[in-house]
Amino acid sequence: MFSACADPSSLDGLAWLGCYLTTGKHIDFYWSFLTVLVLLAVTAPVALAFGFGGAMAARSPVLPLRLVGKGYAAMVRGIPDIVFFLFFVIALDQGLEWMLHQARCPDWTDPIRQGLEFRVCPEAKIPSGNAAQIWHRLYGFGLAVVTFAIVFGAFAANVLYGAMQAVPKAQLETGESFGMSQRQVFHRILVPQMWVYALPGLSNLWMILIKATPLLFLLGVQDIVYWARELGGSKTSAFDYPHPDWRLYYFLGLLVFYLCMTRASEIVLGRLTQRLTRGQATLAGNARRKAA
Amino acid sequence: MSCLQIIGDYAFRSLGYGERLLPRSDFTLCHQVTLIGSGLIWNIYFGALALIAGFFLANAVALARASGRFWLRKPAEWFIFVFRGSPLFIQFFLFYEAFVLLPRAGFDIPLGLITLTVETDWLTRAWAGALIVLFLNTAAYSAEIFHGALQSVPRGDIEAADAYGLSGWARFRRVLWPTMLRLAWPAYTNEAIFLFHATTLVFFSGFPAFQQRGDALYYANYFADKTFNPFIPYPIVAVYFILLTLLLTWAFGRVNARLNRHLPSNIRPGIRLRAQLIR
Repeated sequence: MFSACADPSSLDGLAWLGCYLTTGKHIDFYWSFLTVLVLLAVTAPVALAFGFGGAMAARSPVLPLRLVGKGYAAMVRGIPDIVFFLFFVIALDQGLEWMLHQARCPDWTDPIRQGLEFRVCPEAKIPSGNAAQIWHRLYGFGLAVVTFAIVFGAFAANVLYGAMQAVPKAQLETGESFGMSQRQVFHRILVPQMWVYALPGLSNLWMILIKATPLLFLLGVQDIVYWARELGGSKTSAFDYPHPDWRLYYFLGLLVFYLCMTRASEIVLGRLTQRLTRGQATLAGNARRKAA
Repeated sequence: MSCLQIIGDYAFRSLGYGERLLPRSDFTLCHQVTLIGSGLIWNIYFGALALIAGFFLANAVALARASGRFWLRKPAEWFIFVFRGSPLFIQFFLFYEAFVLLPRAGFDIPLGLITLTVETDWLTRAWAGALIVLFLNTAAYSAEIFHGALQSVPRGDIEAADAYGLSGWARFRRVLWPTMLRLAWPAYTNEAIFLFHATTLVFFSGFPAFQQRGDALYYANYFADKTFNPFIPYPIVAVYFILLTLLLTWAFGRVNARLNRHLPSNIRPGIRLRAQLIR
C-alpha cells in the first residue's frame, strides 16, 4: 500500500508491523468490521418490526392469527438458534428459487429434487448464473440478514408480548371509557407505555444480537471470523509477510472488539433506561420522582 | 436394510462404536433420526458436565463478587465481564487456538528427583477443550444470576438469622444460600436450557470432529449438505431439542418445588421460560 512497503523482506520491527497491518487483505479485514456493524444496523430495526408483528398477532382476537403469533414467539425457546440459522439460509434460498421457477418456467417437466440435487431452471437461479461476484456476496449477506431478523424477531416478539401484557389493564379501560376505539387505545395508550416495560428485555436482546454476529461466519459470509482465521494462519516464506500461527492474537483482538461493543452498549442502554423511566408509574420511575 | 439394523450400526456412531463410515447415499429417515440422536449424546455430555461443574464455580464466583475484599471482588467481576461480554463462538476459537499453541510434547515440570510430564494434547480435543470453555462460560453466566439473587435476599431473613445467633458460615449455609438458590432458580433454569442449546456450537467453531464423531447439529448439517434438503434433518434436531428442553424444565421444576417446599402452595413461584440467555 505504501511505497516503503514495496520490499517486505527488507523491513523489520515496527516498520514491518506497520506494513503488515496495511496489506490489502488486512484492509479487507477492517472493512469486514463494517459488515458486522451494517448487519447490526439493518437487523435490529427489522427484527423489532418482525417482533412487533408477532406480538400483535399473538394478541389478536382471531384464533389462527393468535396461534401463528404465539408459535412464532415460542419457537426459539426449545430449539437452539443455530439450528434456525443453518436452516433458514438454505430454506430461504431454495424457497425463493422454487417460487421463481414456478413463475418463470411453467413448462419445465423435470422434478426439482432429483435424488440429492435441487435443480431449478436456469432462469430461476438467484442471482443469475452470469451475475458479477458482488451480487453473489450481496445475496448471501441479504439472506443472512433476513435469517437474523426472523430469529431475533421471535425473541423480540417474546419481549414485546410480555411488555404489552404488562401495561396496566386500568389504563386501557380508561382509554375505552373515553370512547377510544381499539385502534386508538392501541396507538395512544398501549404502545407509548409498553416501551418502558420492554426496555430491559430489548437491551438484553441487543446484547445477544451483538454476540450472535460472529455466527455470520457459519452462514458463509466473509466476516471478521473468516478473516481472522485466514490472516492468522501460519504463512510460509512463500508469502510476503511470513509469520507463525497468529490466530490466537487475531481472536484476542476480536474478543476485545466485542467486549468494547457490549460495554459501550451497556452504558448507553443504562442512560436510555434512565431517560425512559422518567415519569412512569413503575418502581424506577417512583424512585426518580422522589429523588427530584 | 432394516431400521433396526441401522440403529444397531449407528446408534453409538458418535462415540466411535458401530459402522466406521457415515452413510453416503440412500439416506432414509431412519438413518437421519438414528445418527442425529447419536450425536445428541455429545450435547448431553457437554451440557450436563459443564452445568454440574459450573454450578460450583458459579457459587464461588458469586460469593467473590459479593465480597468486600478488593482482590476477591475484582477478579470475579472481570471473569464475569469477559465471559458474558464476548460471544461464546469467539471464546471457542480463542481457547482452541490457545490450546493448539501449547507444546505438543507436553510440559516438563521438574519436581526435584522426578520430572512430571504434563500432556497437553488432549486439550485440543473437543471432549476436553470445548468442555472447559462451556464450563467457564456457564459459570460466569450463573455467577451473575446467583450474585443478583444473593443481593435480593430479603433483609428480614438475615435479621432473623442474626436473631437466632447464626453467623458466618452457619448463617450462609442455612439461610443465605438456600434463599439465594430459591430466588435464582427460575433464571438458572433458563441458563441451563440455553447452555444445552449452546453445545451445538462446539463442532462449528474450530474444534474438529475427530473421525466424524460429532454432535446432533454436526450430523444434521452433514445430511443437509449431502442431500441439499434442509427440511428433514433440521426439524429432527429441533424435535430432539424440544424433548431435551421439556425434560430439563421438568427436572428443574422438581428441584424448584423442593426449594420452595416451605412456602404455601399458592405463592410458590413457578418457572417461566424466558428467552434471555443465549450467548
